[in-house]
Amino acid sequence: MTDISSNTPGQGARVASSLLTEDKRTKKRNAAEKRFKAYGIAAIAVGLFFLAALLFAIISNGTRAFTQTFVTLDIELLEEKLDKNGNRDIEEIKKVSTFGYSPLLDAAVTKMVTDSGVETPITKAKDLKQLLSSGAAGDLRAFVVANPDRIGDTVEFRIAASSRVDGYLKGRVTRESLARDKNLSPEHLDIVDALKEQGVVKKSFNWDFILGADASDSRPEQAGMGVAMLGSFFMMLVVLALSLPIGVATSIYLEEFAPQNWFTDLIEVNISNLAAVPSIVFGILGLAVFIQFAHLPQSAPLVGGLVLTLMTLPTIIISTRASLKSVPPSIRDAALGVGASKMQAVFHHVLPLAMPGILTGTIIGLAQALGETAPLLLIGMVGFIASNYPEGVMDGFVSPNSAMPAQIYEWAKRADPAFYERAWGGIIILLVFLITMNIIAIFLRRRFERRW
Amino acid sequence: MDDLRSVERIVSDDEKTKISAKNVQVYYGDTHAIRDVDVEIADKTVTAFIGPSGCGKSTFLRCLNRMNDTIDICRVEGDIRIDGEDIYDKRVDPVQLRAKVGMVFQKPNPFPKSIYDNVAYGPRIHGLAHSKAELDEIVEKSLRRGAIWNEVKDRLDAPGTGLSGGQQQRLCIARAVATEPEVLLMDEPCSALDPIATAQVEELIDELRQSYSVVIVTHSMQQAARVSQRTAFFHLGNLVEFGETGQIFTNPTDERTESYISGRIG
Amino acid sequence: MPVFWIVCAVLAIGVIGYGLCRSKAMKSAGGNARNLHSLPSYYGANAFLFSVVAPLALLFAWLIFVPILIDRSIGATIPEDRIAEGSSLGLMMADVSRVSNGLNLAVSEGAMTEEESRSIRTEFTDVRERLASVGVALGSNVDATILQAAQKHRAASDRSRLFMSIAVIALSLAGLALAMSRTKADFRARNTVEAAVKVMLIAAASVAILTTLGIVLSLLFNTIEFFRIWPATDFFFNTTWSPSFGDTGSELGLAPLLWGTFYISIVALAVAVPVGLFAAIYLAEYASPKVRAFAKPLLEILAGIPTIVYGLFALLTVGPLLVSFFGDGGTFGVEWMRGGTAVMTAGLVMGVMLIPFVSSLSDDIINAVPQAMRDGSLGIGATKSETIRQVVLPAALPGIVGAILLAASRAIGETMIVVMGAGAAAKLSLNPFEAMTTVTAKIVSQLTGDSDFASPQALVAFALGMSLFVITLALNVLALYIVRRYREQYD
Repeated sequence: MTDISSNTPGQGARVASSLLTEDKRTKKRNAAEKRFKAYGIAAIAVGLFFLAALLFAIISNGTRAFTQTFVTLDIELLEEKLDKNGNRDIEEIKKVSTFGYSPLLDAAVTKMVTDSGVETPITKAKDLKQLLSSGAAGDLRAFVVANPDRIGDTVEFRIAASSRVDGYLKGRVTRESLARDKNLSPEHLDIVDALKEQGVVKKSFNWDFILGADASDSRPEQAGMGVAMLGSFFMMLVVLALSLPIGVATSIYLEEFAPQNWFTDLIEVNISNLAAVPSIVFGILGLAVFIQFAHLPQSAPLVGGLVLTLMTLPTIIISTRASLKSVPPSIRDAALGVGASKMQAVFHHVLPLAMPGILTGTIIGLAQALGETAPLLLIGMVGFIASNYPEGVMDGFVSPNSAMPAQIYEWAKRADPAFYERAWGGIIILLVFLITMNIIAIFLRRRFERRW
Repeated sequence: MDDLRSVERIVSDDEKTKISAKNVQVYYGDTHAIRDVDVEIADKTVTAFIGPSGCGKSTFLRCLNRMNDTIDICRVEGDIRIDGEDIYDKRVDPVQLRAKVGMVFQKPNPFPKSIYDNVAYGPRIHGLAHSKAELDEIVEKSLRRGAIWNEVKDRLDAPGTGLSGGQQQRLCIARAVATEPEVLLMDEPCSALDPIATAQVEELIDELRQSYSVVIVTHSMQQAARVSQRTAFFHLGNLVEFGETGQIFTNPTDERTESYISGRIG
Repeated sequence: MPVFWIVCAVLAIGVIGYGLCRSKAMKSAGGNARNLHSLPSYYGANAFLFSVVAPLALLFAWLIFVPILIDRSIGATIPEDRIAEGSSLGLMMADVSRVSNGLNLAVSEGAMTEEESRSIRTEFTDVRERLASVGVALGSNVDATILQAAQKHRAASDRSRLFMSIAVIALSLAGLALAMSRTKADFRARNTVEAAVKVMLIAAASVAILTTLGIVLSLLFNTIEFFRIWPATDFFFNTTWSPSFGDTGSELGLAPLLWGTFYISIVALAVAVPVGLFAAIYLAEYASPKVRAFAKPLLEILAGIPTIVYGLFALLTVGPLLVSFFGDGGTFGVEWMRGGTAVMTAGLVMGVMLIPFVSSLSDDIINAVPQAMRDGSLGIGATKSETIRQVVLPAALPGIVGAILLAASRAIGETMIVVMGAGAAAKLSLNPFEAMTTVTAKIVSQLTGDSDFASPQALVAFALGMSLFVITLALNVLALYIVRRYREQYD
């Protein structure tokens, strides 16, 4: 241990220098330091930029879906067309198909255009009717069937304009873009301009988009999220009813009772792996097991809920275990100390204390499930199926329906850009739900979180 | 305090002052952790800081190479000079300072790299070697100074984390020495070691004194008595007494020092 | 008796049992609960469990397995030679159950009497039309064999229903009787109930195992089925993917799909890893608590956004934007992109999705590196960035590698973004601006639509699913192993 005796410090490379001046090397190193830090800031900026871009795209494209152009029309509900016998028999009125209502619409549209005083080369009522949604006759029929006593009157209707007219008012459709369009011509737009001046054509808030059913390819202006929303709702009921009890029971077993053995290890390994299995694989599972094997109805929210339950379980189990773990052992000891059984200690003391954490985890799991799309596609919850409201609670679980994200996907697949607007709008609705759920979760955490 | 200084002057006639701290205050958030500390640390001596846990001795040590800068809520006031230069001056780069004032920590903390890379780390970042041969030389010299060369010379590529606790601590000392510091700060360097390893490190500290100014924090009075020439006793954030080690242990002037040394507080 | 009412009946028996046993226990203790071994409610709960659990399990099992047995036995009665050309027993049985359900519906709607439903013959009645009147649409006219089989099917199902009702309710009553007979003051009701609850907990915990089992079995059986009608070598080594829904001309090679999957994942990781890692480093090492509290949750919002949103973003925003840069007549004057859907589009958007995934995992891992390590480096005069690059990151490397592997597994399994952003054409190309497709996208396209589940074009989706499952599972297991080893190192 005498190696150092001959050495003196400072001898060699280092030249003693003042601390008050930065040497060259230090300057260089500090510059590298600044650069490195800048990379970090840039990375965060990139992340936040993408977030902003995403939100901007959603809001700028989606808000338009919440307004819709309507045309106010006076329609004469001619008795000779709708109720030839004049006896107001509802069965007979129902027999008149939507085709039977076309002449009424034709007349009303022609009158509207004539009244507005616009000079237009378009004369045929059939062409003029292109201004209106092709679902107009259907709406008319629904009104008459619901109010047969109004037959014979002239009733003022607010009818959705066709998606092209709507697009024109929203700036999506221009005269140039209509040059190749076979449904609407620039001349139509002249009429629209005039009618807009007169207040006959007006944009207003579109409740039908939020509450209504999906509509077929040719009627984007009538498509709504309402039915898909119900589909999601019924699915979430299934997920909540199954994943919360199963998830909590699993967590209690693993945290409080499970012995250290191969079976416990097997469960643990399975849970951690299931958490990372791609969602589409759960879709395959649902298709093969629930539909092919167990013959549950295809496209049913019940099946969707089952699949999403299996997908959500790992999330709920992981967060529930964390909150059970955070309850200090002294609580269990205290309960056991006064003679409670292990089961009583867990159910009477540990579980209530862990409940806020469990609920938070469950809500976050549900939010995840609500936004999941891929597995739903495989069990058939896509396509033009969210077109009718379920006829009751049981029907809500088993009759074919879509879900919000699947409906958005369905709209994004369709050719008409008017559906894209709906898809963005649908995302706003979906995100409103997700944000609400997350806020509730954060509130629960803030309000009830206990630090030991 | 005045008479303390006079004692100090007698023993430090032939030694120049390396670090001088005046009126140092340290705050952690709202807590006033160190109050009015004045210390002069001489070159080429071992100075020990002793005191009960939480008395501020480690905090003060960390002020000497501005390690406290890495703690957000920590604030240092007062005047600390090394060779007459204020280390808390705005122009001072803590990086340059720490190259000059090396530090060894309580728990051995070798990097998860080879023994060679552990020692070569400092010289590399400070650019002390211009060639591989020069770097090899620095590493060997540092490991010899760390009194661990003979134990590791055959396995320089083995990971530093694989050594025993005492060896790891000597490796950390070698690592600190490799950057050619002028002052070596040691924060309870033996508290995580067994008695044999402690003896080895203490022996090493005594040898390092010939080249460096060594400041060691310890809560073992025996250790302070064994290795140091000067001793400072801290209590509740105050520097109670500072003087020649022999004098502090045999004839303390402050009754708190006496209480501590005789085991009544601490 | 409908299932709903059976369940109600069983529950009712359970509730009655609860009351009976509770009062019996109290009586046997002379009205003083202190003389009982357990609280009175435990005796009641014991009876409830005895009379509810086993019967409901039986009901459930019956509902799942007996219909399969009935199908089997009915199927066995259909003579081989009655199976139409180009059809199969499976298709016939699907018709049989449809007709049988149709008859049920017709009876319940009153369009047909019970008697009629048993006796109608195709020779005399247009069954298709009759069923259509109650809203059951059949693809073709019902032939005699099917109608007879359907009628047999109905009869067997009815019989099975009846037996099931009797068996379940009898079992429930037996359970109640057993519980009653055991209810005495010294009966350890709490222990029994707790043992039962524990069994239920174990059963719940087994759901995870059953799920995995379900996934593996459903993939395995269908994959085997696929390889029975399609050569495995062709699936693995053919470099063309072009399914056609005719009988001939399909080429089902895995290679182009795997290539598309990996290419898109690589682009995604090339975006997510540097951005996520640097963001994590900044958040863990540099950011003040205020910046951290602000930036970390904002970044994590990206992880909470559903993939459908990213898919739409890719399809409608990023794709057209990239075309306006790299497409025909675009800003850069290069004609690399022909359409909005491309590897680049999907990869970029997927990368954005993975940023928070990489950053929060890496953040945890960097924070797990002990402070002593940083002190050691800073204490000898290293700058912060030198400390991070040369000490913290090497120490955290295994953990970060694990995080990246997990991210890669995410990228490979991601579906909606590639379905909407990557395109549909399977190609082995190096051009990242070209449309390609992935394993997940093809699983979706092969299994949605009206193809017959027995055709190779549909079954191939299961083989694809199997490949996907094996790859992601391997990545996950490896990643979890690495991360766990890393955690142990610093615990």
